This record gives sequence, structure tokens and C-alpha cells, in this order.
Amino acid sequence: MIPLQAAAMALVAFFALAVVLTREIVRLAMISSAYALTLVVLFVIFQAPDVALSELVVGAVAFPLVIVVAIVMQRGGE
Amino acid sequence: MTRRGRLALFAVSAAGLSALLLWAVAGLPDFGHFQGRYGATLNKVAVSERHATNVVTAIVFDYRGIDTLGEEFILFTSVIGVALLLRETRDETGRIHDAVRSDALRLVGIAFAAVLFTIGLYVVAHGPITPGGGFQGGVVLAGAFTLVYLAGDYRAYRGLTPQPALDFVEGAGAGGYAVIGIVSMLLGSAYLHNFGPFGTPGTLASAGTISMLNLATALEVTAAFVLLFTEFLEDLQLTREQSA
Repeated sequence: MIPLQAAAMALVAFFALAVVLTREIVRLAMISSAYALTLVVLFVIFQAPDVALSELVVGAVAFPLVIVVAIVMQRGGE
Repeated sequence: MTRRGRLALFAVSAAGLSALLLWAVAGLPDFGHFQGRYGATLNKVAVSERHATNVVTAIVFDYRGIDTLGEEFILFTSVIGVALLLRETRDETGRIHDAVRSDALRLVGIAFAAVLFTIGLYVVAHGPITPGGGFQGGVVLAGAFTLVYLAGDYRAYRGLTPQPALDFVEGAGAGGYAVIGIVSMLLGSAYLHNFGPFGTPGTLASAGTISMLNLATALEVTAAFVLLFTEFLEDLQLTREQSA
């Protein structure tokens, strides 16, 4: 494994831990989006651009969007 | 169980899990040395047989096209489920007011939506050629519509995405995929078998049914995600009205 790949994996591990340790839900939406972005970088480095694109649209766009809508609904639409 | 006991249990299981994981990772083939016969074969034949330079798309829409049909209908049924659950509880009000009042934000948002829409079309159209395809491009296209709403123009968003059109496009996308498979059968081959026309590899008009199935998927995914977002949005508005 070359250093770049190792660095990308370490970054993913770091953000994965951050997702688990985040308790506040708005922050969770943002941090999980950032985690998805690190996964995208990992997939690009491992030469899987198709998977990277799928992860980008689902993890960094669609999932946080649904979470944010859910948060607003749960707060009674403020 | 005491905190100490839980920590001890965690330490033991974490050590066990990481040992197993490291063992598994050490047994993986080196990067770029995949041994599977299936992958090597497809890499060799996809371009010459199907004229698709993106082998991933060729696999998704051709060699395992029937799995993708299943995935398509997973998305289709889940969106139907959401629509059924949420539409029942409200009547059409259409009284959502634009939350954003800043002209600058609107302008930038709409401009970005146009750029995003173009990127989405590009990703869809080049599915058989470069990384991307109907699914990824479809979500980007849906994201462009969402951006119109986020930039503050709910009326423009609903104008761009009328409910009957969304329902129709979603059904046409999912149904179109299945119908293309039936056309293969009418032409005397297996369900979803690629019948061409194959065109020149590397150009937009290539790869035969891969391009058509790619397009059907793009329609389905775009409409499904926009529909999903709209349903949540309308339900949100209902929550707001009830709490007001």
C-alpha cells in the first residue's frame, strides 16, 4: 500500500470515529456528509471512480438532505 | 454490569475483532492484482462486444442487467411507499412561502442549479463512456431541482416539478427498463440481451441497449428523488401549519 492510500484510509477511519462520537444531531448531519466525502476521496485513490460518484451523490447529497428534513420535522417545523 | 466490567468486555472483543480484521486484510490480494476470472473476462470483452468503454456501466446495464432491474424496482416501490404514507395525511394546500428573501442568494442558487443540471445531463449521457451513468447523474439532476427550492423559490420548484409529470416520468423510467428487456425477447434473444445498435466505441451514440437502459434509469432516479423530496417537503409544511 502506498502512503497516499494509507493516508486516505486513516482519514476515513478518523471521520468514521467522529460520526460515532457525535451526539448532537445537526452536527451529525454535517459530519456524516464530511465522512462520505472522505470515502469519495478513498474510492478515487483506489481507482474506483464509478463507486466514488455513487458515494458522492448518496452520501454527501441525498442522505444529509433527508436527515435535515427529518430534523426540521422533528422540531415541529421551526 | 459495572462500567469496569463493560470496559473489560469491550477491550477483549475489540482486540479479537481487530485481530480478525487484520488477518482478513493481510489475506487480500495486492492492489491491482485482482484474481477473479469474471472481472478479467469482462475487461477483455466489454469494449469489443458491446462498444461500451466504461466496463462498469456495461456490467450494470448488460451483463447483470436483470439485477439492475430489481434495484430499479426497489427504488420505485420505496418511493411509492413514501408517497402512499405521506399523501394520505394531507390535502393539497400549496401555501408554502419562500423562506429566502435575499436576492443575491436566489441568483447564486439558481445559477448553481443550472450548472448542476448541466453536470447531471453530462454524467447521464456519458454513462457508457466514462465513470457515471443513470443512477449518479439522476441524483445530480434531482439535486439541481432541489437547489431551486433551497435558493428560495418554492413556486418555481413546483412549477418545474408538477406532480403528474413526476409520477409519469418515474413510471416511464421504471417501466421503460422492463419494456426494453421485452423488446430483446421479441427480437428472439434472452430477456435484456443487448440488441444494439452498437455504434462507435467512445461516442455518445454507442453501446446499444446499455445507452437506452441508462437513460431509463436516469429518468426513474431523477423523478424518484424529486418525488421523495417533494413529499417530505409538503409533509414538513403540514407540520408547520399544525404547530402554528
